[in-house]
Amino acid sequence: MAFLELKHVSKGYRSNGTLTPVLRDIDLSIEQGEFVAIVGYSGSGKTTLISLIAGLIRPDIGSVTLDGAEIRGPSPERGIVFQNYSLLPWLTTYENVYLAVDQVFRNWSAAQKRAHTEKYIEMVNLLPAREKRPAELSGGMRQRVAVARALAADPRILLLDEPLSALDALTRATLQGEIAKIWDQDKKTMVLITNDVDEGILLSDRIIPLTHGPDATLGPAVPVEIPRPRDRKAINHDPHFKQTRHQVMDFLLGVGVKHRKTVTRKLHLPDIEPEDLSYGKPSPFSLFRRGPLRSKEFKKERVETET
Amino acid sequence: MSKNRVNIDWLVLPMLGALGVIGIWTLWSSMPGTNLPSPLKTWEVSKLYVVEPFEKRGELDQGILRFTWYSLVLVAKGYALAILIGTPLGFLLGLSKMFAKSFDPIIQVLRPVSPLAWLPLGLVLFERSEPAALFTIAVCAMWPTVLNTAVGVRSVPQDYINVARVLKLSRVKTLFKVLIPATMPYMFTGFRLSLGIAWLVIVAAEMLTGVPGVGGFLWQEYNSLIYEHIILCILTIGLVGFVLDRLMSLVEARFKSI
Ligand SMILES: Nc1ncnc2c1ncn2[C@@H]1O[C@H](COP(=O)(O)OP(=O)(O)O)[C@@H](O)[C@H]1O
Ligand SMILES: [Mg+2]
Repeated sequence: MAFLELKHVSKGYRSNGTLTPVLRDIDLSIEQGEFVAIVGYSGSGKTTLISLIAGLIRPDIGSVTLDGAEIRGPSPERGIVFQNYSLLPWLTTYENVYLAVDQVFRNWSAAQKRAHTEKYIEMVNLLPAREKRPAELSGGMRQRVAVARALAADPRILLLDEPLSALDALTRATLQGEIAKIWDQDKKTMVLITNDVDEGILLSDRIIPLTHGPDATLGPAVPVEIPRPRDRKAINHDPHFKQTRHQVMDFLLGVGVKHRKTVTRKLHLPDIEPEDLSYGKPSPFSLFRRGPLRSKEFKKERVETET
Repeated sequence: MSKNRVNIDWLVLPMLGALGVIGIWTLWSSMPGTNLPSPLKTWEVSKLYVVEPFEKRGELDQGILRFTWYSLVLVAKGYALAILIGTPLGFLLGLSKMFAKSFDPIIQVLRPVSPLAWLPLGLVLFERSEPAALFTIAVCAMWPTVLNTAVGVRSVPQDYINVARVLKLSRVKTLFKVLIPATMPYMFTGFRLSLGIAWLVIVAAEMLTGVPGVGGFLWQEYNSLIYEHIILCILTIGLVGFVLDRLMSLVEARFKSI
């Protein structure tokens, strides 16, 4: 039995009595220490898939198991770097990471926790930004803090939900290098969600396309047999890279053509409306006619180049 | 050039507006058969109370800021009560769907009730005027805090809640480390609006109960036919309210900037 297993998993979202299917019949096995990339169109259900593994949502049908045990809820043993910046904006870099350390290693001494926190901030080269709040950090730095926070909790598996999508190309390349290095050091099991096939191939042992939703499902996995460390420039001329890329692209484009009509329609749908906060139709006496909304203050995002 | 522009916007235009109002006031007071005192007369009669603002000449005869201070102390107590009740209530409304559904309608019904209506109930309940005034302030001023806090709690981004869930933070820790900080900007908007209402209510409460303060003074001077002091009180109340609002805005802005 594989380390992480999804069997016949289907998931849809229910709203106002109708069920919108998102994922159907997902089968996925990941071995311990493996780096798997999953690529797909936006809106196809990638975040839904990673949330299922994280335990933030439960599948409608099928099972998700880690090391043979059914995943019933979120846990720090499955670390996650969210797609949107999910650092707490009122905490500094140090405090954001410390929050996780303090929670996971509860019976450590204060000095141990402090040293551990600092070790991970150093790992992502952010010691100079130790006392800065997320708003003072560039997009790339923020995602590094998020990676440090996830890793500092010493998870058994690290889930990365499009961690680099919001970054500019240069920062993105730098962070890809850092992720490759971290994986090389720890050989931690990692699942990377991405919309960039090249990124998936550069980093992973195996890249799996996700077909377009609704009813998205995983396509055939393509093993990436390029020796590490991989050089991002040299790799472009590697015949195996080209071949892998073609295989994945052909599959995605193939299903993309079939579903083109759905693509445009689906893209309009927001994927941020928080499920737990929607209260349905407001009654005439409702205090909250506006309905749930995300506060603008916290949505300020700056994407900056790093040198 | 922009320096001049700023001067015009912030100094000249407001001065012109004030002069205009004083002009209308003067005209009105010079009409035959009116009881409205002229601006000049108002100043002459009020001068003592303004230049010796903290003087206490007798129970009913004190400097205007001394009266204002009494009012502020009472407002502070009532406002503290409003916040202490309103914030947790707002959190409950924001966190629990069932709680919100149960209490939405009753809150909607109680919210528009005037302080003049609550005060007699306060007197019935507490039998003394100061607790009755506090009750009235708290009950009228807490709604903006309640509603803003509730909306704030509901607007906490799901991402932050997911962070708490993945780390398995306890309920208490989630509340203090995630929900309260994330709701802070909304809470402070509520606090500012509540303070405005509390100050609005205090005058009415003092007038009806005779608790000493700027509102009580106003009513007493009306009964003694010293109309100049009514205007003095109105201006004082307005200025103090304005200053309170500005101060709260500063605090609020601090919390919005994170
Ligand atoms: N909480 C939710 N409630 C209802 N629909 C949702 C929710 N989350 C996502 N969806 C819908 O499910 C589909 C897949 O979303 P998501 O998993 O976020 O896609 P991706 O991460 O690939 O962009 C989208 O059509 C989205 O609108
Ligand atoms: Mg997504």
